[in-house]
Amino acid sequence: MSDAVLDVRGLRTRFGPEKGGLVAVDGVSFMLRRGRTTALVGESGSGKSATAQSIMGLIDPPGRVTGGQVLYRGQDLLTLDEAAMREIRGARIGMVFQDPLTSLNPALSIGSQIAETITAHEDVSHAEAQRRAVQLLEHVGVADAARRAADYPHHFSGGMRQRALIAAAIACRPEIIIADEPTTALDVTVQAKILRLLHDLQQEMGASLLLITHDLGVVAAMADEVAVMYAGRVVEQADVDTLFHRPGHPYTRALLSCVMDIGDGRDTPLNPIAGAPPDLRTPPPGCRFAPRCPMAEAACLSWQPQDIAVSATHTVACRRVAEVLQDG
Amino acid sequence: MADALPFRLRHWRLSAFLRDHAAVAAAAVLLIVAALAVFAPWTGAGDPYEANNALRNAPPGAGGHLLGTDQQGRDMLARLFWGGRVSLAVGVVPTLFASVIGLALGMLAGFARGIADQIIMRTLDVLFAFPMVLLAIAVAGVLTPGIVTEIVSITIVLIPYVGRLARTATLGVTSMPYIEAARAAGATQSAIVLRYVLPNVFSPIVVYATTLMGLMIVVGSGLSFLGLGVQPPVADWGAMVSDGRIVLRRAPHVTLLPGVVILAVSLAFNFLGDGLRDALDPRTARR
Repeated sequence: MSDAVLDVRGLRTRFGPEKGGLVAVDGVSFMLRRGRTTALVGESGSGKSATAQSIMGLIDPPGRVTGGQVLYRGQDLLTLDEAAMREIRGARIGMVFQDPLTSLNPALSIGSQIAETITAHEDVSHAEAQRRAVQLLEHVGVADAARRAADYPHHFSGGMRQRALIAAAIACRPEIIIADEPTTALDVTVQAKILRLLHDLQQEMGASLLLITHDLGVVAAMADEVAVMYAGRVVEQADVDTLFHRPGHPYTRALLSCVMDIGDGRDTPLNPIAGAPPDLRTPPPGCRFAPRCPMAEAACLSWQPQDIAVSATHTVACRRVAEVLQDG
Repeated sequence: MADALPFRLRHWRLSAFLRDHAAVAAAAVLLIVAALAVFAPWTGAGDPYEANNALRNAPPGAGGHLLGTDQQGRDMLARLFWGGRVSLAVGVVPTLFASVIGLALGMLAGFARGIADQIIMRTLDVLFAFPMVLLAIAVAGVLTPGIVTEIVSITIVLIPYVGRLARTATLGVTSMPYIEAARAAGATQSAIVLRYVLPNVFSPIVVYATTLMGLMIVVGSGLSFLGLGVQPPVADWGAMVSDGRIVLRRAPHVTLLPGVVILAVSLAFNFLGDGLRDALDPRTARR
């Protein structure tokens, strides 16, 4: 498909030493379309953040990307050297982090930090960068931006800090924004505002958004396409409506049934997924969800997962997908 | 508060410091002591070397000597002023040198990790293994005694202390998400070191160095006492204390006066360090 801005193919990332390490991202493929939002969903430890770090080339040794491709405008980012990658980071791909409290340098004023991103990529004067930083702060909804640009991160509330981080991420008008759990550390009321902001900015800039989250509510509100990750692999990919209405993987179904509905009475039991995600140092040999799967058969334990296409835009890595969908 | 100037810049740092009355008092004490030492020849305190055999161990006030005389009949006040030149130089200069060198080495070790880290830190560990004074004696013993030797030896002694602290602080800072965020924003290595690591490592080093200054006055005094620092008859607070111990019973002021000065200056450096910590850490600043 030609409108892919970012095409991740078979990405594989491992952490730790060769022996005793683990493969955190194991053959992950997905696509980010121009101006659209792809959500990467999964529990903690499913490899969502590691995927984002791999795309950005931010995996620290002894961890490393061992395979796959990250194609951006036909160029494989994994083959770029550090200097070339630096020109992509912040300029072409902006990133918003989970914890706005610790993602800002406490020793630098908010305005300077945003200006820092600008001067790193553009040949502008310090004063000009500062001026643009103020505009950006205004743009992301920080009141009295000219004055607040001189403030330090600890003067800002959580939501305001996240706005500042977003301002820094969009400072060079990137084509791609990667938001790693952007609202997890925030109050619910603030979450909605930050999501709204991200959405508006994305629309306005025509940027593509890779939204990493464990929150299905956020997915429903924001995403066009969804990739569900479990234990380092993508188990299901679909557009958002299909995923919510016709989930094809037992894990996706289990995730959806974990979501509480306000209409549920107190007597409605919660449906937590039994068991715990596997230890990735010793992953299950077959389907990784099989040990927890209510539909697992003996064959699942040795089945090498592959993406089964349900439709042109819906793939499921479950050998019993037909039965899952029938059951639907 | 909220209606401050459009760009407050760093004014609040100074104001945070000024709110700390102990630190302000300490800074004032140190400034006065330093001024008296630097301008000793013009204070009218007289000649610190002029011995008056007729008036030895005179108590304060006797014979026109405001603070009395020592066991050789030299004016105590003049010797304290002149001694301050040596003692403050020995306290401040090596600490500054060691802070700059130790900060650079520690940050390099903590940021580069790997082989550079190993080489730097193991070398510092070797220096660290020696007791502080013993190492200073060893270095001072190789060179000719004098104030330069004293400064060099104390600098070498202090580098591992500052280096370790700087490395630990650097490791803490480099694991913070804002470093990753800076990388994700395309910052260069040098920008990360200078704009992100250094400012966050700086304040603990400044605070530590400030408190070390008080201690180094005492160490420098010890070296003088052992004959490895400044040589008599040059005055030095530590040397004055050690000289006075012989006449401690007859003329306690000869020992006590420089002792009190060392105590006061050391305390002042410590209070100053506390005040600087609060003023330099943006998180402790109020709006």
